[in-house]
Amino acid sequence: MVKDKEATPLSIEALRQGDRAEFARLVEQYDTYIYRLALRILGNPQDAEDVLQETFIKALKHLPSFDGRSSLSTWLYRIATNEALMLLRKEKGGVLSLDEPSPNDEEEQEPIQIVDWCCLPEEMLMNAETKKMLEQAIARLSPALRVVVVLRDLQGLSTRETSQILKISEEAVKTRLSRARLQLRQWLSEYFHQQYGLENLAP
Amino acid sequence: MSAPRPSCHEMLRSLSDYLDGELEAEICAAIESHLAECENCRIVVDTLRKTITLYHQYSEEDLELPADVRSRLFKRLHLEDFLNSPR
Repeated sequence: MVKDKEATPLSIEALRQGDRAEFARLVEQYDTYIYRLALRILGNPQDAEDVLQETFIKALKHLPSFDGRSSLSTWLYRIATNEALMLLRKEKGGVLSLDEPSPNDEEEQEPIQIVDWCCLPEEMLMNAETKKMLEQAIARLSPALRVVVVLRDLQGLSTRETSQILKISEEAVKTRLSRARLQLRQWLSEYFHQQYGLENLAP
Repeated sequence: MSAPRPSCHEMLRSLSDYLDGELEAEICAAIESHLAECENCRIVVDTLRKTITLYHQYSEEDLELPADVRSRLFKRLHLEDFLNSPR
């Protein structure tokens, strides 16, 4: 979510014309958000830094032709997301399908966990170990689902913005978000079941 | 006319939209009618809602850009003169 940064709007005209001071303002306003996004998709600070740098290098190069059809933040997020996905693809040796989640992402694949962990005390739900588990669960998702949940639930973007960034329909965003959330719920349930010995009521 | 009550399986697909408040009132009513009588689905909804809340809470924790990362970024962009300029 991009907030508290809208006080002095950036001049798109100045940015297009290569005004360095204005570009520095753009970088300062968005660098933290871009870094967070990259870190959450990639899970690795060095990779996130590479994506951060590449994003603004590309932005600088393409600003003269920025057409303003999307907002600057959506445009930057799109560049950053593409850079992060390209890096993932490279690490996987070039095989990474972003069009369709793999069959493993289907929640129907495994029996649903019925563990009532939502009333656990807050200190059990948000301790360091659980946070680590939350991170690991995000990393276990396929890239197609991970990107959607990061944009929607971690960066706080709307369905519409997410669809513009990923160039997929709003329906596809919702479907993938639903799969991702159900999968995360499933893993969290398994974790709390094992961690605190809660009963699994699954038939 | 009210929507038919969904099966547990059909419920699963709608829960994410339901929790985002993106479903029509009629479908919400059908879901709630199912939830009133299905303990398992109620647990799934509650834990799904909590999962989303946990990730929101997690994302709100400060994840600031480390100063050295910002400094290398500005250097790479030849913007050193503007680093630490007053906002």
